[in-house]
Amino acid sequence: MSTLVDLFSYVAIGAGAIFFLAGTVGLLRFPDTLTRLHALTKADNLGLGLVVLGLLPHVAGVLPALKLIAIWLLVLLSGADASQLIARAARRGEPRSRPGP
Amino acid sequence: MLRTVSSVVVMFVYWVVLSGFFTPFLLAAGLASSIAVVWIVRRMGLVDPEGHPIHLAPRATLYWPWLAKEIVKSAWDVTKVILSPRLPIQPTLVRFRPSQHTEVGLVTHANSITLTPGTITIEASRDEFLVHALTTAGAEGVTGGDMDARVARFERGA
Repeated sequence: MSTLVDLFSYVAIGAGAIFFLAGTVGLLRFPDTLTRLHALTKADNLGLGLVVLGLLPHVAGVLPALKLIAIWLLVLLSGADASQLIARAARRGEPRSRPGP
Repeated sequence: MLRTVSSVVVMFVYWVVLSGFFTPFLLAAGLASSIAVVWIVRRMGLVDPEGHPIHLAPRATLYWPWLAKEIVKSAWDVTKVILSPRLPIQPTLVRFRPSQHTEVGLVTHANSITLTPGTITIEASRDEFLVHALTTAGAEGVTGGDMDARVARFERGA
């Protein structure tokens, strides 16, 4: 039973790490601020969600589990707001962002 | 009044989750803090349908799972784009008119677009959203109106 739970955690956290890695690769490969934002919002949303999911079976009790989920939701909200602000700032500085690959 | 009470309840539950201590003194201190915060926020005029949209909670239980599904689906799409050797991006800006009427609805719609990988809301106003999409397919997904219709339904709370 516990090996099964461990296996679930390995898979979920591993998949989360892969999404974070993909986000970073996107940051390096994409040409401008706006497209780079796309790469990073995804890493936070799904990568962190999967890491949290993988950690859930290993925390003692309901409260720490709720805390983990609260961390994820707070990162989602602040990430969405921050990326909107960065996008707006990047758009005002128009000449620096290039359209197309 | 009901909205004030539910604000205190939400604050207090959040406090308990973060605290994790159940001694009478600390619980009472948490409750007192929650009441004090809501009292101050009420004086600022923020305990209204916009600041504390608790009436939308039943509908949110339907909307959020759908949003989670969309986030996973499009995260996968963006990952494929990033890892593809040719890097097939077509950065696109689209403008469209959202059909929501309340501030809560508009903010929910704008943030849902940003949370969904591959699309970011740059400007959001009552008359127009400006959205940046990584691919033309992503841009079509935003203007297609599915999310718009769902947020409009969510906003009506029906």
